[in-house]
Amino acid sequence: MTDEVTARDPQAIGAALRWALARDLAIAVRTRGELGVELLFFVLVASLFPLTLAPDPALLRTLAPGVLWVAALLASLLALPRLFAADFASGTLAAIALSPRPLAALVSGKMAAHWLTTGLPVVVLAPLIALAYRAEAADIAVLVAGLALGTPILSMLGAIGAALTLGARGGGGLLALLVLPLYVPVLIFGAGAVGAVQAGLGGAPHLALLAAGLLAAAVGAPLATSAAVRIALE
Amino acid sequence: MNVNWFKYASPASFLPLASRLARGFAAAAVVLGIAGLAIGLVIAPTDATQGDAYRIIFIHVPAAWMAMLIYVVMAGWSALALGYNTRLSAMMAQALAPTGASMAFLALWTGAFWGRPTWGTYWAWDARMTSTLILLFLYLGVIALRAAIDEPRRADRACAVLALVGVVNVPIIYFSVQWWNTLHQGSSVSLTAAPTMAMTMLAGMLVMTLALWCYCIGVVLWRVQAIIVEREEGAAWMARRVPA
Repeated sequence: MTDEVTARDPQAIGAALRWALARDLAIAVRTRGELGVELLFFVLVASLFPLTLAPDPALLRTLAPGVLWVAALLASLLALPRLFAADFASGTLAAIALSPRPLAALVSGKMAAHWLTTGLPVVVLAPLIALAYRAEAADIAVLVAGLALGTPILSMLGAIGAALTLGARGGGGLLALLVLPLYVPVLIFGAGAVGAVQAGLGGAPHLALLAAGLLAAAVGAPLATSAAVRIALE
Repeated sequence: MNVNWFKYASPASFLPLASRLARGFAAAAVVLGIAGLAIGLVIAPTDATQGDAYRIIFIHVPAAWMAMLIYVVMAGWSALALGYNTRLSAMMAQALAPTGASMAFLALWTGAFWGRPTWGTYWAWDARMTSTLILLFLYLGVIALRAAIDEPRRADRACAVLALVGVVNVPIIYFSVQWWNTLHQGSSVSLTAAPTMAMTMLAGMLVMTLALWCYCIGVVLWRVQAIIVEREEGAAWMARRVPA
């Protein structure tokens, strides 16, 4: 029963989360190239839209929130396989799952690392892209706030899909089919916040809903992901 | 009273029951379908504003209801499958997914044909249409995930987790899309207010809803028999049942 006690101990949970976070961050730093590719992908997708549509400032300004959110979502999706696939293939994930520490805390650490390496850089880069889209300062502020609240939800929901597709055929396309429908509310509230500010309504309600979604995902997603990881390891 | 709730949890004892029930529900679906179509297409009056185009409501609305309901039922079976680790619950969830997807598709397809004469467009990015489209994608995701995992028991559990994650998200998706954009006409039927449609129209729609319920239950029980026979192949009870 001692294991049970350690598993529920807040300090043990914190330690497990920090260990997984530090490990994944260390791996990410040592394979910097991949991180750079995902960021470049974000910038590239965002810069394709003005090329395919007319570079009209008024049009770009209305398009900016939607384009940036879709680009952020695709960049997050692109990085999802990295979350578990390599650890699964090498058997590390099985070893992690054997640990007496709670698996939900360990996968939370991995989700946090995923957000720090893909979500956070997008949040930091977004104002630059938004400027290129001629967005105004007020729009940019609410866009960045929305991305800061919404991209962690993308990482957490995406982790569920990444864990469910471990060992499944179909790879990236299947993952996109599972995860993208679940992303819809985040996208609507995130882009909607900017739209509301542009319409003079203020983005606070949308941001509050995103924050609520973030809290709900932080509770539910680690449990669902750890269940999915255990299923994949059966 | 001592009821054995798990008597039919075994595929071996459920298979004959499913076979009997499927026949009964299929027959009921045919009878109710003919009655509902007769009321809807012949007896019900022509709508004052939409003309005869509105008559697609008799299939459109029941299909949309079934699409949403079946997802919840599928999630319920999935929860049982994870909680009790019963094979049959997972097989029921597996059997429900294609029917749910076809109902969502039917609702979208009939909606497009209804939208053309009344709204002047096959598709609008309206809240209910968009949320039904996303529901269809959720069904397709469950079906695709099952197809991508080779071991059936692992696919059962993975699909169950996905269905449960989806069912938590369905209301969130529904309301987020609703706040985002609404062109769709409001509900004409609610439990708290008097319906805003003629009694015969309402009767036709309710009979058609019952018909679709029976159809869905019947076809799901039919499919679950096929799943049982396929997946229990080689089990001792199956060998006794079907002498080689």
